[in-house]
Amino acid sequence: MLHVAPTPARKKVRIATTSLSGCFGCHMSFLDIDERLIELVDLVEFDRSPLTDIKHCGPCDVALVEGGVCNAENVQVLRELRANAKVLVALGACAVNGGLPAQRNHLDVGDCLTRVYCDRTGGKVPDDPELPLLLDKVYPINEVVRVDYFVPGCPPSGDAIWKYLTDLIFGRIPRLEHPMLHFD
Amino acid sequence: MFQLETAENPQTLRRIAIDPLTRIEGHGKVTLLLDDAGRIHQVRLHNVEFRGFEVFIEGRPFWEVPVTVQRLCGICPVSHHLAAVKAMDIIAGYGPLPPTAEKLRRLMHYGQVLQSHALNFFHLASPDLLLGFDSDLTRRNIVGLVQDFPEIAKQGVLLRKYGQEVIRHTSGKRIHGTGAIPGGMNKALTAAERDELRRDIDQMIEWTLAAVHMVAALHRTKPEFYNHFGEFDSSMMGLVDERGALDFYHGGLRALDKDGATIFDHVDYSTYESVLEEEAKSWSYMKFPHIRALGPEKGWYKVGPLARVQTCDFIPTPLADLERKKMVALGAGKPLMGTLFFHWARLIEALHAAEVIRDLLDDPDILGTDLMADQGERKGEAVGVIEAPRGTLFHHYRVDENDQVSFCNLIVSTTNNNQAMNEAIRSVARTYLDGRELTEGLLNHIEVAIRAYDPCLSCATHALGQMPLQVDLVDCEGKLVARNWHNMRPAE
Ligand code: SF4
Repeated sequence: MLHVAPTPARKKVRIATTSLSGCFGCHMSFLDIDERLIELVDLVEFDRSPLTDIKHCGPCDVALVEGGVCNAENVQVLRELRANAKVLVALGACAVNGGLPAQRNHLDVGDCLTRVYCDRTGGKVPDDPELPLLLDKVYPINEVVRVDYFVPGCPPSGDAIWKYLTDLIFGRIPRLEHPMLHFD
Repeated sequence: MFQLETAENPQTLRRIAIDPLTRIEGHGKVTLLLDDAGRIHQVRLHNVEFRGFEVFIEGRPFWEVPVTVQRLCGICPVSHHLAAVKAMDIIAGYGPLPPTAEKLRRLMHYGQVLQSHALNFFHLASPDLLLGFDSDLTRRNIVGLVQDFPEIAKQGVLLRKYGQEVIRHTSGKRIHGTGAIPGGMNKALTAAERDELRRDIDQMIEWTLAAVHMVAALHRTKPEFYNHFGEFDSSMMGLVDERGALDFYHGGLRALDKDGATIFDHVDYSTYESVLEEEAKSWSYMKFPHIRALGPEKGWYKVGPLARVQTCDFIPTPLADLERKKMVALGAGKPLMGTLFFHWARLIEALHAAEVIRDLLDDPDILGTDLMADQGERKGEAVGVIEAPRGTLFHHYRVDENDQVSFCNLIVSTTNNNQAMNEAIRSVARTYLDGRELTEGLLNHIEVAIRAYDPCLSCATHALGQMPLQVDLVDCEGKLVARNWHNMRPAE
């Protein structure tokens, strides 16, 4: 395990994280760095993230993106992150290639909605303007914005995320050795 | 008609949105509609995500389902894994599981309850309780907790880690493992793994007990506030075993009304459709279930820790049951309805989970290698139900003669709590926001109520897509009166 000594003099790296159409498993795996989370607090500060109450992202160094793009709101959030982040990382299978939610891509989305809301409850498909428009398909994030790094895995392990993050924090080219490179 | 659900003249009101909801799992927003005097006319929790799992799972081979459905939710994947596999045990024609297999599944599940409850309390919700609902929003999170309460933060991180390690040893991976298969388990626990887990379990029991005491002590500082924050009457539902004891893995359905009187009891969950019904509303992808006999207006209920510790007759481990009795006594015969009691109940359940894990690790069966049941006749349809960390979780499948899923219906825990969460935020809005100038801190009160339910909006939007939550306050002309950015920078 990589041990990082706290270096108060160093400027903290600012990190934003978001979950688009993911299951939150990649964020959970991020928390699987366990005690290293406490070390991380000395090295980074968080911008927009499901873990903080900052709702929109400001200029930051690294953006970690979980999940593919399934609705108009995902597109907005992703573009806002790209505009603000120096380095944008696709974290996990869903962000990298759409993942399991992309199994809906061979179906007609209108048809899916009808089957879930009309056929089963005898009601209507939710259509309030507060609900973001669904996209026809679930898209990997690199079809919407430029992506700097791709980390595979469903989810990538906590160790893999720690290795990647600390490489970025300390200015190394992020790299996963084979035992950490998983696709499941 | 639910009070504050639908404003009469939305066009004339100002909209305020809390979007996205933060420190919860999944995507959602809350919208508020207000008139010029700041009176609130409408409050809604929207689940804005749609995934379509129930549809695209059709056509997939049934044995694949317990692994794929986990991707509904990375926080409680084990719950989906086990609910699905319980249904597939029946579909594949397996009889009762050998004791080792069932105990390994239980171990995995109680590990999951422990890690998920630790996550909700320590990583997500406790900053509100320990740093203040309206404290500096840049520090009101796990980082602020690490800085101001390092010992509590460390215990939270290690409790979650322990639960994750239980899951890893029983399913092969911390998130989205593969331990349970139709008919049993695919992996035995080795003596070395058992010993490793046993080494730390007493520490985990001690820390969860301390956490229960911490929340009880917080309650004593402002009992009126804790009793009544986000309070509203509702029915409650949960699984209990034949003795009426709390059981997260298996049991019959029990529902009690707001006074604690029985609505139904020991209902075989394979007949859930005879007691429950779901309704859709235009403004959320999350459906609204209710108890069929009582109808949509009166039949909604809540599930999860606060419902469970009050629907069961007792908790079958001593430390947790003692703590349960202490908490329930505060109601003096009436069920507790204050939203913040969820945290107290959740930590009692975490303590219970730790006690059960210890007992399972001490059970010689846990190291057995007889992991598969005997196979009998295939069935075309089955229901699997489990008490997930957030409440009762239903998986219902039909499988055709080619082993392909032909029908899937899921009622996830958070969906069961849909109406209750809406009522909780309406109660908070009435008491704390109505007629006031809305500050960031006041808006956070709404989120505090939502966090108490520990909603998992990822699961709840299994239908297709994803759920953002946002709070909007709109005036009587449907106009955005004053936009409160609630920790957001105004869009350029
Ligand atoms: S990659 Fe896997 S773990 Fe990550 S969000 Fe997608 S389904 Fe969840």
